[in-house]
Amino acid sequence: MAAPKKAAASPPQDKTDGGSPPEFTREQELKALRDMLLIRRFEEKAGQLYGMGAIGGFCHLYIGQEAVVVGMQMALKQGDQVITGYRDHGHMLATGMDANGVMAELTGRRGGYSKGKGGSMHMFSKEKHFYGGHGIVGAQVSLGTGLAFANHYRSNDNVSVTYFGDGAANQGQVYESFNMAELWKLPVIYVIENNRYAMGTSVSRASAQQDFSRRGVSFNIPGKQVDGMDVRAVKAAGEEAAAWCRAGKGPFILEMQTYRYRGHSMSDPAKYRTREEVEKVRHDQDPIEQVRNRLLAAKVSEQDLKAIDAEVRDIVNAAADFAQHDPEPDAAELWTDVYR
Amino acid sequence: MPIQVLMPALSPTMEKGNLAKWLKKEGETIKSGDVIAEIETDKATMEVEATDEGTLGKILIPEGTADVAVNTPIATILADGESAADLGKASAPAKQEKAAESAPPAAAKAEAPQPKAAPSAPQAVAEPDPEVPAGTEMVTQTIREALRDAMAEEMRRDADVFVMGEEVAEYQGAYKVTQGLLQEFGAKRVIDTPITEHGFAGVGVGAAMTGLKPIVEFMTFNFAMQAIDQIINSAAKTLYMSGGQMGCSIVFRGPNGAAARVAAQHSQDYSSWYSHIPGLKVVAPYSAADAKGLLKAAIRDPNPVIFLENEVLYGHTGEVPKLDDFIIPIGKARIVRAGSHVTIISWSNGMTYALKAADELAKDGIEAEVIDLRTLRPMDTETIVNSVKKTGRAVTVEEGWAQSGVGAEIAARIMENAFDYLDAPVARVSGKDVPMPYAANLEKLALPSAAEVVEAAKAVCYR
Repeated sequence: MAAPKKAAASPPQDKTDGGSPPEFTREQELKALRDMLLIRRFEEKAGQLYGMGAIGGFCHLYIGQEAVVVGMQMALKQGDQVITGYRDHGHMLATGMDANGVMAELTGRRGGYSKGKGGSMHMFSKEKHFYGGHGIVGAQVSLGTGLAFANHYRSNDNVSVTYFGDGAANQGQVYESFNMAELWKLPVIYVIENNRYAMGTSVSRASAQQDFSRRGVSFNIPGKQVDGMDVRAVKAAGEEAAAWCRAGKGPFILEMQTYRYRGHSMSDPAKYRTREEVEKVRHDQDPIEQVRNRLLAAKVSEQDLKAIDAEVRDIVNAAADFAQHDPEPDAAELWTDVYR
Repeated sequence: MPIQVLMPALSPTMEKGNLAKWLKKEGETIKSGDVIAEIETDKATMEVEATDEGTLGKILIPEGTADVAVNTPIATILADGESAADLGKASAPAKQEKAAESAPPAAAKAEAPQPKAAPSAPQAVAEPDPEVPAGTEMVTQTIREALRDAMAEEMRRDADVFVMGEEVAEYQGAYKVTQGLLQEFGAKRVIDTPITEHGFAGVGVGAAMTGLKPIVEFMTFNFAMQAIDQIINSAAKTLYMSGGQMGCSIVFRGPNGAAARVAAQHSQDYSSWYSHIPGLKVVAPYSAADAKGLLKAAIRDPNPVIFLENEVLYGHTGEVPKLDDFIIPIGKARIVRAGSHVTIISWSNGMTYALKAADELAKDGIEAEVIDLRTLRPMDTETIVNSVKKTGRAVTVEEGWAQSGVGAEIAARIMENAFDYLDAPVARVSGKDVPMPYAANLEKLALPSAAEVVEAAKAVCYR
């Protein structure tokens, strides 16, 4: 493989940039708002369907973290791959996957992305370069590094965006992957979504190094802490990291400081944090309200914003309807797709 | 008394080597640690250091001699005050003598290797392979070479095929299976990884999800336990979990099963572990021809394939068809020896015991039909069942443990499909239900033996 680099100068290890991130155009603001709203309304509906018993098993909602995937997606180009863990509905919608297909997978129907055989945690779309949807904490980090390996092998200039959480960041294979990615200069952006809790364990109770942007220091991988509640900051950081990767400089770590409003999964009563803590983040930092307020300040009419709300609600309602009326997979599907 | 220098073993499984070069002449003074000779095998070249001081009295094996058995005296060293006249009294170092009396390393593997002069002996009685057209020219190759050629041919054919693993490139393979590949295909396609099995298995699977076709070498399958989550949860299940959208064409290969004298953590048979998993194919060849034809098939297969090699067999030779594109289909067993009294079913190194036992049984008038499964998943039940319908008796042979083993699965399939044809319960010969011990005698006891297969076959024949 590529020759390892000689003693590298110490890589950049930035804290969150002090000033405001670059402003969005009105068009960008509207797109960010629409894409984040779609995820939020979709997840709210999924929670509702779960409560009705239409969705089974585990269901991990992304509410609160929407700016991360939407901002990152705005920094990518055609062919860049995305891979994540089990809190994956937002990532799929952000890559442009069809809400009907995602919701029908949640309900285990034949029109789901995996024909109902994968469920909430296991969905894929070759067309949208979405590589899952993985239920084993941390496994997607090695796999995502493999996607970057493939880009390198094929000498294209695509980047693998490999998402994982603050909990997964403590898995051993993450560091095995960091080592190979830097050694071989693989184009991978490791996006650590630090939502402060690995299931019920806060970062301070699980992590010796709580600055996740520094988790690559011993491999010379540069890292940056990003306000993951501000979609503009996410996009700017994503562009910086992608440029680094595309220039052949190897991997880049982005710690997205974010927050999940809901429990770890639908069955989590969230006793490990106070209601006040959640309310404070919602009130002060909500990623969607930030964009909405900026748009209102820029004199976009309430009516225009309501039109976006309505469009998103229509998509989500149609998805919920489809997902509840689509038939279950044919019994013969039990035996298909084991081998090609 | 003059001291004999013996042919050393370079590895636990080496049986013989070539004496490439003498670096000291007769009459030269030798100090402990001096390099006195170079020996080589098909796998490696190594220097022989003197462990005793004195004068090189006589060279017993001239340089350029091939196939010198391990522990053969190769030279005599005279101690101070001794002369050529003392040469006749030469003896091996006391330690070596003791080892030779109880069980020298070579003797410990007495069951495993073929007779040295005719490594392909069992195949002499083989049924013709239906996959090889009559009249095909054959070349004699070691299994190691056959595997290497399979990879090289597939890499020439398809630029998406690459090989990665520990020591596969610059070192030329820990067991020299990837010898020469770096030179032909370069560092982009023959990739040395750090010692990081879990990580590089995942990298391989991720690359395969995009359509590349990795060959992931594990130095041994013992180390693949670090990576088994990626093999099972990511490689084997993704096609199903994605509703058929995204699978991976990937080969995980390397030596599996007992090596020699490496004890419990390095001697384990994973045949039953992997053959349990839907989504995986599991291949475990015995002959050189099958090793080549099946590895080529595995590399082309669109599914994840576990390719279980065997360290003890790497140096064994066999006849490999000289064909441009020799493929053995995955999932087909082969009747290696026809017989009518009892069916013996095995694979990989288990075939060594099975074939030897068949020879022994023939002397007692019992004609055993020996089936080499070659593929464990999907298992060729039809070939097994048809044979048992003919013989009415079956013995399974495996190096792995009996509980939940492949033999147990074979017995169940025979019961399900040929119960009324059985004249005796199916017998299992397996590794003993203990971690592999180190001591030579205990190791031998822990493994199956031809004698145990003979005993089991006679028992099911009520003889």
